[in-house]
Amino acid sequence: MSNTFTVKDMNLWYGDFHALKDVSLDIPKGQITALIGPSGCGKSTFLRSLNRMNDLVQGCRITGDIRLCGENIYGSMDVNLLRKRVGMVFQKPNPFPMSVYDNIAYGPRTHGIRKRAQLDEIVERSLRDAAIWDEVKDRLNRSALGLSGGQQQRLCIARALAAQPEVILMDEPTSALDPISTGRIEDLALDLKNDYTIVMVTHNMQQAARISDRTVFFLLGEVIESGETEQIFSLPKDSRTEAYVTGRFG
Amino acid sequence: MTRKYYDEQLDALHAELINMGQMISGAIGKAVAALLSRDTARAREVIAYDDEVDRQERAVETMCYKLLLSQQPVAGDLRRVSSALKIITDMERIGDHAADISELTLMLDALPRMSNAHLREMAAQTTEMLLHSLEAYVEQDMDKAHAVIAQDDAVDALFVAVKRDLVEAIRVDPQAGEAAADLLMAAKYFERIGDHATNIAEWAVFAHTGHHAQA
Amino acid sequence: MRSWKRWHRDARRHPLSALVSLITHLAALCTVLILGFLVAYILINGIPNLKPALFSLTYTSENQSMLPAILNTCTMTLLSLLLAVPVGVGASIYLTEYAPRGSRLVALVRLTTETLSGIPSIVYGLFGMLLFGNALHLGYSMLSGALTLAIMILPLIMRTTEEALCSVPDMYREGSFGLGAGRLRTTLCVVLPAAVPGILSGVILGVGRIVGETAALMYTSGTVEKVAGLMDSGITLSVHMYRQASEGLYTEQAYATAVVLLALVLMINLLASRLAGKITKGRQA
Repeated sequence: MSNTFTVKDMNLWYGDFHALKDVSLDIPKGQITALIGPSGCGKSTFLRSLNRMNDLVQGCRITGDIRLCGENIYGSMDVNLLRKRVGMVFQKPNPFPMSVYDNIAYGPRTHGIRKRAQLDEIVERSLRDAAIWDEVKDRLNRSALGLSGGQQQRLCIARALAAQPEVILMDEPTSALDPISTGRIEDLALDLKNDYTIVMVTHNMQQAARISDRTVFFLLGEVIESGETEQIFSLPKDSRTEAYVTGRFG
Repeated sequence: MTRKYYDEQLDALHAELINMGQMISGAIGKAVAALLSRDTARAREVIAYDDEVDRQERAVETMCYKLLLSQQPVAGDLRRVSSALKIITDMERIGDHAADISELTLMLDALPRMSNAHLREMAAQTTEMLLHSLEAYVEQDMDKAHAVIAQDDAVDALFVAVKRDLVEAIRVDPQAGEAAADLLMAAKYFERIGDHATNIAEWAVFAHTGHHAQA
Repeated sequence: MRSWKRWHRDARRHPLSALVSLITHLAALCTVLILGFLVAYILINGIPNLKPALFSLTYTSENQSMLPAILNTCTMTLLSLLLAVPVGVGASIYLTEYAPRGSRLVALVRLTTETLSGIPSIVYGLFGMLLFGNALHLGYSMLSGALTLAIMILPLIMRTTEEALCSVPDMYREGSFGLGAGRLRTTLCVVLPAAVPGILSGVILGVGRIVGETAALMYTSGTVEKVAGLMDSGITLSVHMYRQASEGLYTEQAYATAVVLLALVLMINLLASRLAGKITKGRQA
């Protein structure tokens, strides 16, 4: 399957507000796709539809076809299984008020893994993959809340990885972090794309240009343009895209 | 419209480019006048003026780097600034050619005068090409840019005409050989100026459309 | 000395602020003095009357032992909590985590809870006597008393639990859902543990109320001065003190009882804050 997600004619309403209009796009496998656009354009809404987090919002209605590797995610697929396959990292780092170990083990434990040895292995592997093992290996049983902001966000990434997803959704993952932590997480994303498909919402144009392979520009709930990142940032086809990426509005 | 300061910086850049263009076109005019009237004093002025032109080039270059550093432009904005960097290189070469023509004037000093209408025409046309190509860049006028690119053919034709004239002049008066040879070199410099102006017009097209118009 | 000078300078420049500052300081002093006076009065009158006889295993009119009452108070507290906490915490979990926002049921339950918390305890006592004592034939018993007290502290438990649950940031729930956990697991493994300090403080408040409750227990658990079993009638410490003081014959022993009661409440509060502190510390760095 060369496209992890295929979306056709998706529409989303929050009550009467038509938040996403006739969105059709493909998310290719093993690449980083960036979703850009001004505030309120629907990119975060779209991201959250990919793992059905919008189900938690009352009054949210979705029509259209969203498929994960060919399967309709709003069909008979178990929503918890979907969220295992499609992990999420949020804008503000949100480690649980538990130890580092318990944070990482939460996902595997939820999905049935109980044996200590297995959990130990998963915890170490996830922390290594998230480039934070060396910093926490001596304090696995201490609270995760004692870590710095950048470390917490990498912990959240490790936590998402521990559930062994196929896709990682990132909602402005570095907007609350300092430049050095941001750089580390960008490097991490570039490493991760070898094994996972990554979809990232970002406000930072330079970040999208730096690390994404494809970029999708949202405006007022519609997809204006979608294509290779290099093309979007050097020769955008739509004048609205050009105006947005050069900072003339938004 | 956001990015007011950025647009102001771009406007300042454009103004400096036009300024540099006018400096150089002035230099070309002076150089050809000095050449055809054997005015060595004027020629020396043009040669000294080249330092000014180089200083202006550095100044505009610094402005471009500042823009790149502080604004991190993308898409059209990036093309504009990077084109400006290429354009001042071509302009600086044109300035150098004007100085080179004045060097010839100094060498021709002792030799008899030799006028040539076609040479004057070349000077006029290439000056026009320079100014129009800069305008095409600043105003994003593609028609002007393409006109300049087409005009290069006319300048090349004029060069051939000058060569014919000079060959005829030598046939008529073999003593005029050295003067004629130097004039031919001057004509070659003008032809090169025309090529550089054409390059500037091509960069103007690239800045606007993203495609390089290889003439 | 330096701060006095500065205060004096500020006072002259801003007399109104100085006046308000003075008044607020005096008010604070008042409250401390009142509390101090209360405690001092009880201690001064009570401590001299603390005799070993007051702690004999069985009560007689002579020794006026409060030990059976103390033991009954412990039993009553545990029993009431056992009844109230699961119901209260469970109901609050439903209201905050499961019920759809703005549902009618939620509004109704909230209204009911607020109303219940305003009812005077003597009314609870009479209600308990009529329902548990008479209608359900439990008579005067510890069970009857515990049931009544459970209803009384239910609103308190529910309110504090709800506040504790609401104060758990939504981002924890989101994080849990994002990992594929269902609502039950999220509530039990992430939300509830984070809310424990708040819930515990509500429980402590409930304990304080139970220990001090007199009117309601007089009509439900009775005044028998014996260590009571579930279905037996038994007196608690505060009712014991009330009886001693109202009979007029044992005022000194009443003071002694008051001292013990005060000490008990203080100990409970201390234990509670130590416990909450330990739990909170375990969650942070």
